Amino acid sequence: MTSPIWFKSGDAGKMPKPEKPKDYTECVAPTEFMRTSHMVLLNQWRDDILREDGARTGKTPNGTEYVRSLQNGCMKCHSDKKKFCDTCHNYTSVKPYCWDCHLQPKEAM
Amino acid sequence: MIEKALKGSTGYWVWMLFLLSIMGVGGLCYVQQFNYGLGITGMSRDVTWGVYISQFTFLVGVAAGGLMLVLPYYIHNYKAFGRIVILGEFMAIAAIAMCLMFIIADLGQPMRAMNVLLHPTPHSMLFWDMIVLNGYLVLNVLCGWVVLQSEYKGIKYPKWIKPFIYLSIPWAISIHTVTAFLYCGLPGRHFWLTAILAPRFLASAFAAGPALLMVIAMILKKTTKFDVGREAQDKLVTIIGYAAMLNFFFLGCEFFVAYYSQIPGHMHTLDYLFWGLGHGDEVFNNLVPFMRASVVMGLAGIALIFVSRAKQSDGLLVVSCLLIFIAFWIDKGLGLVLGGFVPNMMDQVTEYYPSVQELGITAAIWATGFFILSILYKVAISVKLEKEA
Amino acid sequence: MDSKRRDFLKIAGLTAIAGIAAPSAFNSLLKGEAVASEHGAAAAGAHGAAAPTGKRWGMVIDVKKFTENPGLAEKCVSTCHTIHNVPDFGNKKDEIKWIWVDSFKHVFPDDSSQYKKPEALDSLPILTLCNHCDNPPCVRACPTQATFKSKDGVVGMDYHRCIGCRFCMAACPYGARSFNWRDPRGKDANGQPFIKAENPKFPTRMRGVVEKCNFCTERLAIGQIPACVEVAAQSKALVFGDLNDPNSEISQVLKTTFTIQRKPSAGTHPSLFYII
Repeated sequence: MTSPIWFKSGDAGKMPKPEKPKDYTECVAPTEFMRTSHMVLLNQWRDDILREDGARTGKTPNGTEYVRSLQNGCMKCHSDKKKFCDTCHNYTSVKPYCWDCHLQPKEAM
Repeated sequence: MIEKALKGSTGYWVWMLFLLSIMGVGGLCYVQQFNYGLGITGMSRDVTWGVYISQFTFLVGVAAGGLMLVLPYYIHNYKAFGRIVILGEFMAIAAIAMCLMFIIADLGQPMRAMNVLLHPTPHSMLFWDMIVLNGYLVLNVLCGWVVLQSEYKGIKYPKWIKPFIYLSIPWAISIHTVTAFLYCGLPGRHFWLTAILAPRFLASAFAAGPALLMVIAMILKKTTKFDVGREAQDKLVTIIGYAAMLNFFFLGCEFFVAYYSQIPGHMHTLDYLFWGLGHGDEVFNNLVPFMRASVVMGLAGIALIFVSRAKQSDGLLVVSCLLIFIAFWIDKGLGLVLGGFVPNMMDQVTEYYPSVQELGITAAIWATGFFILSILYKVAISVKLEKEA
Repeated sequence: MDSKRRDFLKIAGLTAIAGIAAPSAFNSLLKGEAVASEHGAAAAGAHGAAAPTGKRWGMVIDVKKFTENPGLAEKCVSTCHTIHNVPDFGNKKDEIKWIWVDSFKHVFPDDSSQYKKPEALDSLPILTLCNHCDNPPCVRACPTQATFKSKDGVVGMDYHRCIGCRFCMAACPYGARSFNWRDPRGKDANGQPFIKAENPKFPTRMRGVVEKCNFCTERLAIGQIPACVEVAAQSKALVFGDLNDPNSEISQVLKTTFTIQRKPSAGTHPSLFYII
């Protein structure tokens, strides 16, 4: 009955290795922040743009312009959902419903 | 006290297993619905609320009907209701549980149901409905259980429960008023847009709830040694009879306003429900036999219930209460909710027929309600019979 | 427990509740004041005293011009449905439509067409869509604020928050809303997807949420006009603009031409006007 505990004891499994896009310069925020809070950021973008008529583009401190959107922003660089988004999501058993509506880029599908 | 529900006769266990099997079948239907979507029901772009919401609307009334027992007993000290009050409170619990299940079954995104609390919206009647329904459930669980437990212990119920009992009285009115406000505040649908909707809801609730209770009480008299008493029965007949008469008076008012004013928006839905609505070459009348039957059954039930009291006939009492209950079930369940969607906002007609899965889920929720009711009644009756022995 | 300790606990408990409740009650009172003053200003505005501020998008639909250009109305419909990934389920029960062509007696059921030229009225192609009311009953009804009125007058939908209760559909006096009874990304019996040509720039919706015309807010945000207006631009069958700007084209049209609205007695103040 307790076999699941000692069967995999001490083994955290293979760490996920999300594949970063080839010709990226920088993301919209530092990696550490994105790792912990990208879902919060997406929710903030949504509430701001949808309800408060917020800006649809943003600028990083280094001057890179980006579109504040999952489908038309994030997925433009991180175009391969399987190789990027899914690696960590599958490892942590997270099933976000974003892609029930937001379309993935065709090439990766 | 709950252990009393785990001991029973063969008949009790057969009944519970029967309910569980219906719940199981309905559960499978719900899995189908969850995977496919609500398209598996008979609802459409024009008739967006069907059996689920109609049952919910009716059952809120049944739950509010418990008030007709609590009010005389606790406020007016009508001691004759002593044995039946707990039955009313426990029936309210089961009815509210069914209401909540019907709402969850009807949601397109049930996993997001908590959004109503995460994003409170005081200008939405559905928000208030969630608050008052859950509040009423808590109140009835609290009041019913504490009072029953005090009886079990052989002491008078504690003083602190009194404010909750008093609160449950206006709260019962509020649950059905808020439910009526869901409908009567919408500017587009003339069938619902009437100030008398809330009073009509309450009148039919105060008839249907106690009528169901009476039927169950008669069944309990036959199957257990629990007898609510002649005086309680007779008083309840008065309540049911007058509430039912009031409901038909209100229906008559609706008919007058519609047909005397000749305003099309008011007439069309009543046409559809009672005579059939002609539209082009087609006549839409799939609800007409039900609505006419409900009026006939309701009036017959009212006449018979007073006869049954005069003749002191329990059998006639059961028949008349069933007639009244089913009549109002049709009137509120089928007529009110479905009628509001016919004709639609563009003066077209789409008729509604529930699908098999929809009916399966509906039956399962009714079975769950009766399951909860049976458990609670088993406890209540065991305690009361033990204490009075 | 002796009575002194019990009394102390009672007082402590009540104080704690008061201490938590008081500031929040105070807060909501203050907010309530703000709401009350808003109400006063709105009421004044309704009777023509104060001037309305901010943009308010509106549209005039010239039915005569649609009659002169057969097929134009249908083209508006198909363009909108294509760029917004609106699925076609192939049956009336599950139908989703943001904009469609309907007949006069359906769009204006309160208008008595008795003794008027019925054949002429019957054949008019009336483009029908969400009215983006100024006083929307659907927004009042929504229990989660999933549908809301934005600052520029558009009645918006937040598909993330919608719980699919369909109260807004019951509340809408115009039948403008549709529900996703099934998965819009599914396929029909022949394996054909319901969304025939996916627009990669716009999301789809999921099953279990309500959707309707959004006045192309995604286009308005980047300075473009709604897609249906662009399709009809050449024939000027649709005039779109800021109703609060007295110099806009739409304000000029409304000042010089007689228009009608759908169900004006409902008090919804639609933003759509029809020239019949």
